[in-house]
Amino acid sequence: MISSTIGIWNYWIVFCLMMIGLFLVIGRKNFLKKIVGLTIFQTSVFLLYITFGKIKGGTPPILNESVDTIYSNPLPHVLILTAIVVGVATTALGLAIVLRINSEYGSVEEDDISAQDLVDYHDEIETGKSIDLKFKQ
Amino acid sequence: MMDILIKNLPILVVLCPLMTSLLVVLIPNIIFSWGLTTLSTFLTFLFSILLYQEIQIHSYISYAIGKWIPPIGIEYIIDKVAIIPIIIISGISFIATIFAYKIMPEEIEKKSVSKVYSLWLLAVAGLIGLVTTGDAFNLFVFLEISSLASVALVAMGAQKNKQALVAAYNYLIIGAVGATLYVIGVGLLYGITGTLNMADLTNRINDLNNNKALIAGFGFMIIGIMVKAAVFPLHIWLPRAYAYAPSAVSVLLAATATKASLYILARILFSVFENSENLINNTLFFVILPLSIIAMFAGTIMAIYEKDIKRLLAHSSVAQIGYITLAFSIGTKASIAAGFIHMFNHAIIKGGLFIAITSIGFYIKKRVTINNLSGLGRAMPITFFCFVLCSLSLAGLPLTAGFISKLYLIKASISSDGIWIAILILISSALSVVYLWKMIEVLWMREAKKIVINENPKIYLSLIIITFLNIYFGLDASLVVNGSFEAAEKLIGDLK
Repeated sequence: MISSTIGIWNYWIVFCLMMIGLFLVIGRKNFLKKIVGLTIFQTSVFLLYITFGKIKGGTPPILNESVDTIYSNPLPHVLILTAIVVGVATTALGLAIVLRINSEYGSVEEDDISAQDLVDYHDEIETGKSIDLKFKQ
Repeated sequence: MMDILIKNLPILVVLCPLMTSLLVVLIPNIIFSWGLTTLSTFLTFLFSILLYQEIQIHSYISYAIGKWIPPIGIEYIIDKVAIIPIIIISGISFIATIFAYKIMPEEIEKKSVSKVYSLWLLAVAGLIGLVTTGDAFNLFVFLEISSLASVALVAMGAQKNKQALVAAYNYLIIGAVGATLYVIGVGLLYGITGTLNMADLTNRINDLNNNKALIAGFGFMIIGIMVKAAVFPLHIWLPRAYAYAPSAVSVLLAATATKASLYILARILFSVFENSENLINNTLFFVILPLSIIAMFAGTIMAIYEKDIKRLLAHSSVAQIGYITLAFSIGTKASIAAGFIHMFNHAIIKGGLFIAITSIGFYIKKRVTINNLSGLGRAMPITFFCFVLCSLSLAGLPLTAGFISKLYLIKASISSDGIWIAILILISSALSVVYLWKMIEVLWMREAKKIVINENPKIYLSLIIITFLNIYFGLDASLVVNGSFEAAEKLIGDLK
């Protein structure tokens, strides 16, 4: 029992990283920390795929004379290469939006921002004063 | 020449917007970049019509990318199911592009208009790719292409209202978590079956019933897609994203973005996992059915209390998505067909309503809230007339497209012993009249402010087209109904 639990330690690492990442995304109020959490979450999935692809004693998948070589599956690595690119794009876009949020609101804390939004929303709906005056007149 | 075109149609519907999006970004002139975008979306629409004709002959087209034979290579599959969302997305994006001509340069800085059109085409390409691809991992890539492009489009609303940034940020984070969950699911399935091709997955899952990894993988995939499809309670990103996006973008996203994901949901439920009946029946009955019923009511009630009109329509979208997933969850042939009928009709209804509301916003140069709509109906009769017709269609009055979808939905739920579902649908539709009437009342009955508005034909042209579609498909729905029933038959076979 114990040996089989420790034997799959790589899955435990994946599991821990995944939970840490997800906790940061859900639990943190800071927009920047949420992106850090998202990146950790995605990285844990990359590790999951890599773990699937590895066979104990497997060689790199290169063709050689002996027919019965055990080799690791290369496909997960290729998939993850794609997923890394997607992850980088997501992080870059997220950081760009956070930068803009910081320059518009002067903060990246969710509480500050939603307080400001609430004031704006109230002004707009209840008093009829529109904040949307950036339309070109 | 024509032969080569026909043979490559499945890839052309994706490549046409994808490649032109790279070209559009290089054109600084607003009119030219709009022209190219229109041309591209028109061609995509044309290709999807051609594809529709091909489907009537062959009923199943498999396209091997780069001639790598599936299941090794990536396969694009077009069948009678996939063609419905493809036509919805390409058609609505064409109409939305026509609408964007006048309204886009008003809301977005001149120098970034062409970049917005580039993102616009990228989003369309991503959505169509999502539908065509038959490879589970390729689907993830398209999922991210479409959602990253949509996030950037929503964030462009920041030039009008800074809250668009927060909306875009939430959309990005929730969407990325959803997509990552989907990838975990695909990874687990790949781990036990060793394939990513969806048709191949179906066969290999067959002898793996009750495998724990299979069930976990299925759960991850479904949750990931449900986030993207905004199924209640995972819809939290949707109202803000639709409300604060630039006007034309709201039209595009509201009418198309969730449709592709809903199609994927149906495909995973009824096609990829068709052999694990227990799992699917339990998911449908214990997860999707209750969530859809809650969505129907929660969305409608939120809409009744909402004062910002764009947000109101977005909440109503959540309720309408509830109808579609409800139809799927009943799981008979008639109900799945009803789901596809409503998918089509909701696209044209919500597209029309968003076009009407955003053009009102364009004329009054303010954000559209219930307070500053007073009496505007008299000042802009054409827009108001179309708005009322689309509203009636949403409420489901006879002779409109909305009636057809409600009719088939209720028929399907009664024929599967779900009288109570039919009653709930009727109650929820009756509630939706409350918020629609609230808007119509303010627009028409209240004292008019003294403003003169000259309605611009460039703006109401697309509104008239889409309202005409609403009426046309209400009078003669045979095209949509037959297509949907064929799709449902393809999905679940003649068994049920």
